Amino acid sequence: MAIAAIRQGAPSSASATPQIAFADVTLELGGKTIIENLSLGVRPGEFLCIVGASGCGKTTALRLAAGLYQPTSGSVNFDGQPMRQPRREIAIVFQDYGKALLPWRTAAGNVSLALEAGGMPAAERPARIAELLGTVGLPGHAGKYPAEMSGGMQQRLQIARCLAQEPKTLLMDEPFGALDAMTRQGLQDEVLALVAASGATVIFVTHDLDEAIYLGDRVIGLLPHPGRIGIELAVNLPRPRDQLSTREQPEFLRLRRQLFDFIKATEQ
Amino acid sequence: MPDKPREIGKALVLPLAVLLAFEFWARATHLKSDSLAPPSEIAIALAGAFADLSILTATRDTLFSAFAGLAIGTAIGLALGIAFGISDTLNRLMEVTVEAIRPIPSIALLPIALIALGFGYRMEIVIVAFACVWPILILSRAAVRSIEPRLMEVSRALRLPPAQRVWKIIIPAALPRIFVAFRLSAGIALIVAVTVEIAINPLGLGAGIMLAQQALRADLMLAYLVWIGIIGYALNIALVVAQRRLFGRAALSGDGA
Repeated sequence: MAIAAIRQGAPSSASATPQIAFADVTLELGGKTIIENLSLGVRPGEFLCIVGASGCGKTTALRLAAGLYQPTSGSVNFDGQPMRQPRREIAIVFQDYGKALLPWRTAAGNVSLALEAGGMPAAERPARIAELLGTVGLPGHAGKYPAEMSGGMQQRLQIARCLAQEPKTLLMDEPFGALDAMTRQGLQDEVLALVAASGATVIFVTHDLDEAIYLGDRVIGLLPHPGRIGIELAVNLPRPRDQLSTREQPEFLRLRRQLFDFIKATEQ
Repeated sequence: MPDKPREIGKALVLPLAVLLAFEFWARATHLKSDSLAPPSEIAIALAGAFADLSILTATRDTLFSAFAGLAIGTAIGLALGIAFGISDTLNRLMEVTVEAIRPIPSIALLPIALIALGFGYRMEIVIVAFACVWPILILSRAAVRSIEPRLMEVSRALRLPPAQRVWKIIIPAALPRIFVAFRLSAGIALIVAVTVEIAINPLGLGAGIMLAQQALRADLMLAYLVWIGIIGYALNIALVVAQRRLFGRAALSGDGA
């Protein structure tokens, strides 16, 4: 099935201007500095992974990119415009899918929520919902409630709801952290395929270093207290990636060692 | 609630034994009282009140007032509770006012309501509504505040307009707990309606009790009492069943009350 779910990213000629840009962003919450002087640009179509020890502010950085938090100082820009509030072109996949889905709506109803928010006429929704559920591998589950679905299926459903927004940018907050290893690997490849087909920009937060390298064009490691960039690695591994051969490449292992050393150092 | 016939049977043993003992005692002592009557006479009086339709008319009047007051009180309490739950500013502004008015016993409004509205349904409905507002307001405010914050983030990220946010996220998420408040208020509505009728309003079941008392008909008075108990019990059962039907799924997923 053709994936028209994610709106085509800006053409490569526009790669000079980042789609999402953090300029000297500091965020204080409750008197604590969570993120300090963070500057970061994400190119259109780039797959950026953010890793770091727990409590380093990676989830907070993602919420800033989503417009759910406003920086205390500095600015977060999307396509050159300051983010004052969440935007429909930016979709966010939360880690805790069980809390992010509406338990009183079926799978179809949960996807429909995003379409309703976008003002799509009721008559057009069923076809679009079926298409989106098919895209994430949930055809035939439209009538199920989240409580009747496995964790992997619920996370697919949340991704489908995000795709319904036709986002230019997909923000993912440890989306596979709560899933078992097999399900996680399957979903990693599906997300890569979805993103490759659509050209969307992705910021992907994870604590799994292998996952970050496997998925990303670039990996950023944050230092904790307060959160700031500690390491930045370009991942020059060929695409499409493969769960076995990619992870066996010397380059993968080199990056893995570098990232592990960094994380180990931050924990001391 | 016992649900197996055996369980129900066990639960009924004691009340039946007490009733029988009372019946024997009343007959043995040739009970003459203005406040007590043997169960058999109460049953006969109840049947008589059904036969001449007086108790049915009274039931209709009481339930009409109670439900109308409940509906109005629920609507007001829900609107305020949701608004206060969403807006911290509004809640802080209104908190003192709410806490100052809330402790006023609804029955204490009776003299004012009587002057303003006179005898009849309207006065009773207003007092019932006043009594029902508070549990709904307090509990729906708490329900809205305890909605999973992730759901609110989802609604923000999706850019749901405020009206849709209330209608599609907040109300469904809070509904199981709001329904518990509604059950509570339904019980209060019946109590307050009957109280107003006993105190002053010449209609409904409460007035029926007073009339029987003044006629020195202990059997009829107690028949009314038994009937009110049955109505209250049935109302609660109906609401519990409705709650299970409506919110079984939400209760399963951890939202349940």
